[in-house]
Amino acid sequence: MLRTAATCGLAAAAGVWGYAFYSKEPVRKSDAKIFTFRDYRTADVKVYPQLAVVHGKDAEKMVRAAVDKIGGISRFINPGEKVLIKPNVAWDRQPEQAANTNPLVVAAVVKLCMEARASEVWVTDIPVNDAVRSFSRSGIEEAVKRAGGKVRIATGNDFASTDLKGEALGVWPVSRFYHQADKLINLPIVKHHSLSKCTMAMKNLYGSLGGQRNRLHQDINTAIADLASAIRPTFTVLDATRVLMRNGPTGGNISDVYAGDTVIAGTDIVALESYGLKFLDLKSADIPFIQKAEKRGLGISDLNALNIAEFNV
Amino acid sequence: MINKLLTLRNIRRIYAGFSFLLFVLLLWAATFRSLKGYETPLFLELDPLAAAASFLTSRTVYKGLGLSLVVIISTLFLGRFFCSWICPMGILNQVAGSILNKFRAADSVALNSYRPLYRLKYYLLAAMLAIAALGGLQSGLIDPIAMITRSFTVSIFPAVNQSGGGLYLKQPLFHGGTLIGIIFLAVIFANRLLPRFWCRAICPLGALLGLLSFRPVLGIWRDVERCTDCKKCLAHCHGGCDPHASLRITECHVCMNCVEDCPEGAMHFGLPASASAAHLPVDLNRRRLVESALIGSVMFPVMRSSIASGTTPRHEVIRPPGALSEGDFLRRCLKCGECMKICPTNAIQPALLEAGFEGIWTPMLINRIGYCEYNCVLCGRVCPTGAITPLTLEKKLGKGENREPVKIGTAFYDRGRCLPWAMNIDCIVCEEMCPTSPKAIWFETVEVRGREGKVKLLKRPFVDPKLCIGCGICENKCPVRDQAAVRVTSIGESRSSVNQMILKL
Repeated sequence: MLRTAATCGLAAAAGVWGYAFYSKEPVRKSDAKIFTFRDYRTADVKVYPQLAVVHGKDAEKMVRAAVDKIGGISRFINPGEKVLIKPNVAWDRQPEQAANTNPLVVAAVVKLCMEARASEVWVTDIPVNDAVRSFSRSGIEEAVKRAGGKVRIATGNDFASTDLKGEALGVWPVSRFYHQADKLINLPIVKHHSLSKCTMAMKNLYGSLGGQRNRLHQDINTAIADLASAIRPTFTVLDATRVLMRNGPTGGNISDVYAGDTVIAGTDIVALESYGLKFLDLKSADIPFIQKAEKRGLGISDLNALNIAEFNV
Repeated sequence: MINKLLTLRNIRRIYAGFSFLLFVLLLWAATFRSLKGYETPLFLELDPLAAAASFLTSRTVYKGLGLSLVVIISTLFLGRFFCSWICPMGILNQVAGSILNKFRAADSVALNSYRPLYRLKYYLLAAMLAIAALGGLQSGLIDPIAMITRSFTVSIFPAVNQSGGGLYLKQPLFHGGTLIGIIFLAVIFANRLLPRFWCRAICPLGALLGLLSFRPVLGIWRDVERCTDCKKCLAHCHGGCDPHASLRITECHVCMNCVEDCPEGAMHFGLPASASAAHLPVDLNRRRLVESALIGSVMFPVMRSSIASGTTPRHEVIRPPGALSEGDFLRRCLKCGECMKICPTNAIQPALLEAGFEGIWTPMLINRIGYCEYNCVLCGRVCPTGAITPLTLEKKLGKGENREPVKIGTAFYDRGRCLPWAMNIDCIVCEEMCPTSPKAIWFETVEVRGREGKVKLLKRPFVDPKLCIGCGICENKCPVRDQAAVRVTSIGESRSSVNQMILKL
């Protein structure tokens, strides 16, 4: 009696299982959330110059002066916020080879954020070379730790599908840290690049993407403009303390490095890009992605139409 | 209390635990970040078989391998203690054996008695040393230290990471890693049939140490006047060396279990007493021994007369930077996998049959998995035998006057697959990645007319063989994902005088 009941029960359970999981699809559809980038910018304030261009030798002083000129760190970072800093740490190269952002510039920005009482300051990038080596040998890991920040290297699970809503770029895996942070500070370096001619503030945003980003070269100008439209950093500090003039973006030879001794801060990514071209003897009219970005209303490339504060420290 | 705990058996257990932990830690520390100055291949350098075999192949005792003298000399005095006190493979086998046989109604006396099967390891040793004497290093296939290093590097550590162990930043992948894992598991589970099957029957290092312990100064001795023939000494015997009868000294691991287990206090470790039973020498059939050495000496010319990397340059066999010329490389490579552990990009992979049977599990670069990091010379730093000689960065990159960089191969374009060449699509990711200065990959800007007649400017890449070092980052990062449109082959490698194509570089 009991045994028969148990058998009936098992048969019923089998029926329920079949019914509950019946599907016309052989695999379940992923229901992972698709993220979009938040707008990291703060309200535009007209009294400050659009670009602060600071010449000098002491990187920390230059960064402080430049950020002060565009309104000071408190204009951008509120106490308790999580700040993500995106330098260029793409290569396993040493600081003097100018393939990565100057560690002193990174440290200065980390310190500013700490002073603004940010709850967490993360420094991240998705390097081309081995991530551990790139962060270590660029000197950035050490500099960030000393300044009180934290290096976050995106590993396998740290990516989230994100819709960039661009012409060339749709849904891509993006490092999750971008969705966890309240503010984003872009810290590019000025370098030569064979295909896009230059790599600065906009192309630095490449480093947010995972996946097969080497396909972006096939329409590099649209891809860069898409990135600049999708990701709007709080502000950008462009490192031209050393400029890689040739053999970019990898460099490797000190003779290709020119001492630019300049740091530029601003919120207008197109204006920054346009100013940075001076170091590479290029004009914004030659660079299709700057043209595209300007057409999309991301900023102004005409340096004469901009309010630029230029000074030495 | 302390006297009770501090028995000879427990002292051995402490040593064994420490040795195994040290082995795992040193291998785990073989990464760019943790390497510092640690002697990562310490256990391989302590390995007398590695020293002896590589000495036979190339008549040198390379650097750290001199450490094996410590083991050789102490074995002459103390017997084959290495196997149960130091060898990570032996210790792991012991633990596995005791766990696997714990809940089994097995006759431990029968399991731990000596069997003629245990002679096999001497024959394997003879075969390996015969091959080595002729110039082929194959002992690494069954050298326990090389084997456990390789198995941990290629299968166990990656598997732990796969299960959420967090050992690596990126999940490492290895060519044929499953095979190495299966062999390792088979060795571990062989303990289910016969405890320490590997150590007693197969291990050529155990055989070598057994021969060295033919007459140790200190040993285990049985007092025939006290012994009651209860055979309790066999209950936990590691070596299967018959302590209840005439101890087979070449099989004894000096595990001390018989000393602790004897209820009569008849066993002791030290100098022989007047009532001590005699030891038995090594049990060998001389004819078998000669036969197995003969097999080895026949195998060597057989291996040298097949198509392999040692006889003909193989395009896919790209050796790590600093590797000796192929003949010398095969004479020194233990197949231990240290270089595979430390390679930051996972490029160094164990070969299967690409380099021929002789080159099985030797390191080669698979550029679809990783690439040779330009500023990295770590593989040469951890190689215990110098098959990959240590390079300075200046030497590898050819910095300085009249210095050529170390080339490990040359890149070639497959114009039928390359996007700018085959489909008029912009790309040149390879040029962006190329790490040399000036870049070995250069491009020509050409005007092309598309299907609809639209004209556009396109950059088409070329390789400059003078500058290409064969690092393979171009192949690794090529967006043609399955089979890259730019591929590196071994031609032009600095270490070879024959694998060259261009008359004058």
